Amino acid sequence: MEFQGFERPNGLVGVRNTVLVMALCDCGEPAARQMAEGIDGAVAVTQYQGCIAMETVPTLVGVARNPNVAATLLVAMGCEGLQPEPIREEIARAGKPVEVVNIQEIGSTRGAIARGRQIVQEMTARVARQDRKPFDVSSLVVGVKCGGSDTTSGIAANPAIGAMSDMLVDAGAAVVMIEPIEAIGAEEPLAARAANEQVRQEVLQWVGNEEKRWTVPGASVDFMCRGNIEGGLTTLEEKSLGAIHKSGHRPIKGVLKNRQDYLETVPPGGGFYLQEGIHVELHAMTHMAAAGVHIIVFATGRGGSFGHAICPLVKVTGNPETWARMSEDMDVNASTIMEGRESIESVGQRIFDEVVAVASGKQTIGEQLGFYNFAVWKRDPRLEALLGLK
Amino acid sequence: MKKAIRMDEKDNVATALVGLVVGDMVEVISAKQEVMQQVTANDALPLGHKIALANIPKGATVTKYGATIGKAAKDISVGDYVHIHNVRSDRLPLTEHMLGLQ
Repeated sequence: MEFQGFERPNGLVGVRNTVLVMALCDCGEPAARQMAEGIDGAVAVTQYQGCIAMETVPTLVGVARNPNVAATLLVAMGCEGLQPEPIREEIARAGKPVEVVNIQEIGSTRGAIARGRQIVQEMTARVARQDRKPFDVSSLVVGVKCGGSDTTSGIAANPAIGAMSDMLVDAGAAVVMIEPIEAIGAEEPLAARAANEQVRQEVLQWVGNEEKRWTVPGASVDFMCRGNIEGGLTTLEEKSLGAIHKSGHRPIKGVLKNRQDYLETVPPGGGFYLQEGIHVELHAMTHMAAAGVHIIVFATGRGGSFGHAICPLVKVTGNPETWARMSEDMDVNASTIMEGRESIESVGQRIFDEVVAVASGKQTIGEQLGFYNFAVWKRDPRLEALLGLK
Repeated sequence: MKKAIRMDEKDNVATALVGLVVGDMVEVISAKQEVMQQVTANDALPLGHKIALANIPKGATVTKYGATIGKAAKDISVGDYVHIHNVRSDRLPLTEHMLGLQ
């Protein structure tokens, strides 16, 4: 099966042709927004962790190297700890066009905005001339994520997304899941899917490290809450099994490292991977984008009205009431499973078909709304050191 | 007929797709939507909660998604409501406060 994508100089394939205007920190963000404003195909983002948040550099570089990004303009204030030149070099190494506008160097914010707009207009004009070409679906990298979960998530949306994950892996594509907190309590069944003993150890460490981070004495987090029990979830095992169901059943080929100074991308060749990182929706999506994910499939019971700057978001609900109330905000209806009208496999096939259509350019509802959310999580190296995590 | 879904063939519980009242005859379907069996509800339970598909003696494993979700804390009969009153986690015991929530 094929989709229509954009060929990149480094041999990868994108499903979007985005021109990214990236302020290296919050100070440059208003200028970056004005450089992109009103220009079709340009998106402005920044990380909101301050100008010495060096831990965010691998994520920012990864995002700019994502195959959905055609070209990047870095916007620097000039005095930030995140100096533009090494970041520009890292992005350029992937064969991507990348330029820098340095506000202090130019000596005028208005002048920098004018220069930036000129560069963005040239970049968007150049990428608009590129045509889509057919590629096999095995080139696709798809992320799976859930949020706003409810009783139906573990019965309808997540299992249907799991069926889609298996179909993608069977077609040679790659699938990524990032939520280690969701696997606490289901580590054994998950580890049993590891491709080999080394990966099995990595899966157990992926979950075990996360459990340590959330059970620091005096600052522990409850893994089961009132809403879980009222929704019918009896134990942590049941809750976690429902959450990880979206990852399907295929072997786990590896755990992608996401550390202070480097971030592993999805290797070629397809298959299912876990990724280190945070589970919080938009932060997690940005991490997946940095690892090379093209499209994210998002299970939501309660609904959600966001998009992502880099990865089109396919929203799936299994809740018949949410579908009835918010159908115009949902990309795929999985509530037919709750109504006993459609099998999990059949809904999985519909999600698969939607992902391929979105890969070929069909706009998701988030894109139709013009929503391009972006957030970057900053690892806390002090916590990692105090807990002695490897 | 009201329906409940059995997520995996190894499961001894099914999840109700609608709320059940005592005496309801429930059709149990598989993930492929095949009708697997019928059970009579011994208890009322809300949508998304679980009903036993077999007798589960105290101490035996409760299975959903083909994996262990806990152990029976008392004898469970086919058709019984399965929740925190009769199942205990092997992984994370619930606090007294949580146990009072059902």
